[in-house]
Amino acid sequence: MSDIILAGQDLDHDHDAHHEVVPDRGIARWLLTTNHKDIGTLYLWFSFIMLLIGGTMALVIRTELFEPGLQFIEPAFFNQMTTNHGLIMVFGAIMPAFVGLANWLVPMMVGAPDMALPRMNNLSFWILPLAFGLLISTLFMEGGGPNFGWTFYAPLSTTYAPDTVTYFILGIHMMGASSIMGSINIIATILNMRAPGMTLMKMPLFVWTWLITAYLLLAVMPVLAGLVTMMLFDIHFGTSFFNAAGGGDPVMFQHIFWFFGHPEVYIMILPAFGIISQIIPTFARKPLFGYDSMVYATASIAFLSFTVWAHHMFTVGMPLAGQLFFMYATLLIAVPTGVKVFNWVSTMWRGAMTFETPMLFAIAFVVLFTIGGFSGLMLAIAPADYQYHDTYFVVAHFHYVLVPGSLFSILAAVYYWLPKWCGRMYDESLGKLHFWLSFVGVNVTFFPQHFSGLAGMPRRIPDYALQFADFNMVSSIGAYVFGFSQLLFLYVVIKAIKSGEPATDRVWEGAHGLEWTLPSPAPYHTFTHPPRVTEIEAHS
Amino acid sequence: MSNPPDQSIYYVPHNSWYPIGAALGIFCLVVGLGTLLNDLKAGTEPSHLLVYTGAIVLAVVLFVWFAKVVEENQQGLANAQLKRSYIWGMSWFIFSEVMFFAAFFGALFYARNLAVAWLGGEGAKAFTGEYLWPEFEAVWPVVNNPDPSVFENPGASMASPGIMNWGSYLPFWNTVILLTSSVTVHFAHTAIKAEARTKFVAWLAITVALAGVFLFLQVEEYVEAYQELGLTLSSGIYGSTFFLLTGFHGFHVTLGAFILLMQLVRASRGHFKAHDCFGFEAASWYWHFVDVVWAGLFIFVYVM
Repeated sequence: MSDIILAGQDLDHDHDAHHEVVPDRGIARWLLTTNHKDIGTLYLWFSFIMLLIGGTMALVIRTELFEPGLQFIEPAFFNQMTTNHGLIMVFGAIMPAFVGLANWLVPMMVGAPDMALPRMNNLSFWILPLAFGLLISTLFMEGGGPNFGWTFYAPLSTTYAPDTVTYFILGIHMMGASSIMGSINIIATILNMRAPGMTLMKMPLFVWTWLITAYLLLAVMPVLAGLVTMMLFDIHFGTSFFNAAGGGDPVMFQHIFWFFGHPEVYIMILPAFGIISQIIPTFARKPLFGYDSMVYATASIAFLSFTVWAHHMFTVGMPLAGQLFFMYATLLIAVPTGVKVFNWVSTMWRGAMTFETPMLFAIAFVVLFTIGGFSGLMLAIAPADYQYHDTYFVVAHFHYVLVPGSLFSILAAVYYWLPKWCGRMYDESLGKLHFWLSFVGVNVTFFPQHFSGLAGMPRRIPDYALQFADFNMVSSIGAYVFGFSQLLFLYVVIKAIKSGEPATDRVWEGAHGLEWTLPSPAPYHTFTHPPRVTEIEAHS
Repeated sequence: MSNPPDQSIYYVPHNSWYPIGAALGIFCLVVGLGTLLNDLKAGTEPSHLLVYTGAIVLAVVLFVWFAKVVEENQQGLANAQLKRSYIWGMSWFIFSEVMFFAAFFGALFYARNLAVAWLGGEGAKAFTGEYLWPEFEAVWPVVNNPDPSVFENPGASMASPGIMNWGSYLPFWNTVILLTSSVTVHFAHTAIKAEARTKFVAWLAITVALAGVFLFLQVEEYVEAYQELGLTLSSGIYGSTFFLLTGFHGFHVTLGAFILLMQLVRASRGHFKAHDCFGFEAASWYWHFVDVVWAGLFIFVYVM
């Protein structure tokens, strides 16, 4: 990223000293707020609560799978746990956490006073807890909650679904509306609210990756809305979109779902790429290697994500030409992704590196996400996928990209920017302890799943054959370590907010970007008048 | 405080109860709708209370919210940059609507070109046809369903009777009406750009009237489909795609017409100037979008 400073230090306080707006007191502040920092905080806390709920469900699953045989829960409830774990983690934990980070950071990074549409910003957030309240409440309704997997394939989710599927569909509509409004806001903020001099190719990569992510969201969330609408009509109004008896096709469900679903997985990783691209240069004390190629690689990945969806359904009975096309298109994604990994490693090359907690998480991201990427390449090879399909190998693959990928990037981001948000440093030793517990936990949990998957253990089953017993027990132990170490994270964050050492404005010696020119904690309103951004160093 | 607001400051409202009000309205509506649908399916006594409460709350909040935005604009709080935010917002909202329809068009193309053909035993799927419903013949429109005991056959389809017979073909006249309304709304736009207020209001009123005629004719078409042709939502894949595509289009026409009507009310109260008419412009963009979708519908659902 090019290095930027502010021309003149007339940041904030001179112009609006006479009408300093202070936050309201009590609950009203959070219900009525239009402030991007407040809304960012709401998103982040919400997603953390969802992480704990979804994580609890994961531990229920791992407890049942600790040993072969059925011991704790009914298979029907097990299905509800896998389904809701997936839905809550994808739509409730990872996505809102990234939106929260975008809310906090994008306006500060581009020198804007707030998000472009502040009231709609509040609406985008408050829809979410209501939607998830509805989704989670279905678990306690008659017939149980959604039990058809987070991919909710028809006819499991239509003909054979519990009645609560209606609430599930409407809940998805609400989450979709929230995402669409959120992405419109982010696009308008980035394209319209940049400070003078902040040209597109000077934007921090986190802003770039979110801009592209917002376009992905706008393109695919409406498709998801269309899909669940067709489900709703099949269930309640007698249409036959996914029923062959009327000339429809359940496979069509899978095509439309994955047309949404594949860009969706990039929605959950592109902002992570942005975060890592902010953190590594700071702690390597070098500018990011290949800024321009990072931008183009991100755009290429986003574009390709629309052309690969059917690699999720190689075994469904697709024409050979389709299998070949989707296989090669998928393999092609490794090229821009490889560019990114190369650039991160090159940024670290001969850097003056230090290993604070955000950097540890970022380096772990680069290594472990790459492992997840490689297992993705294995799955992309259509003939090989016939063996891997619907096994724990798939589970291992996407958990490697989502947990030490997306989630680690979010944890890294919280450690990295928390001092800017609350003006206080976290406890470095506890942060490192949290990192190492997470790092070990995540690998112990998910690495053995590669082996049980390759040996043929199917996913989404509450019981399994005896030869898988050892790997499953190891995996469950890792899951407890990883799960409970997130409580340590909660403690570290609360401790920092309550009693951390005061942070400096720059916070990190090697940090660059507009947000680090602001005081720590960042004032309630920043950049009421846009700063002028001038370039002092060319890309080096 | 009587000074005009500083145009270099981007207006950020301090706080607002509208969003949380709208969120609660949506929640009420959604829970009510889900419960209503489940009650209807189970055959128990349905309750409409929550649906109405939610709809009213949402409608009131949105009305007050939009009124406030208009008022803020009149107070001069909305500077040029904020107006650009509205332009970006509306443009990409329309893009998301395009993608919503893309899902239904995608379903239409997939069902018509792949699913139905495969059910008829095309290509490598010879055994699918042979094994499942050997009687089924893959023709579009599907008027003989694979399994008529599950999905009753429609009596007829809405397909075009050939260009020579369009004189008595309702969808053709609806196409004419909607295309014309896009032209009239454009005339309204050029009128306000020239500050010709009377013409502006007149062309806008004509557009709204055309929207009303379109909707009336579409209701006629649906009544004919249900009562005379026996074409319903549950007549298999043809009825499913036909009613979902035209139905959601009709819903969007209703919404677009309502938005235009609101702009008409504002126009008759003297709102809008040549350089300050974004509310109307946004409504007209939406109207053109609805029109383009109809062009796609006419070609792919009715004619081809």
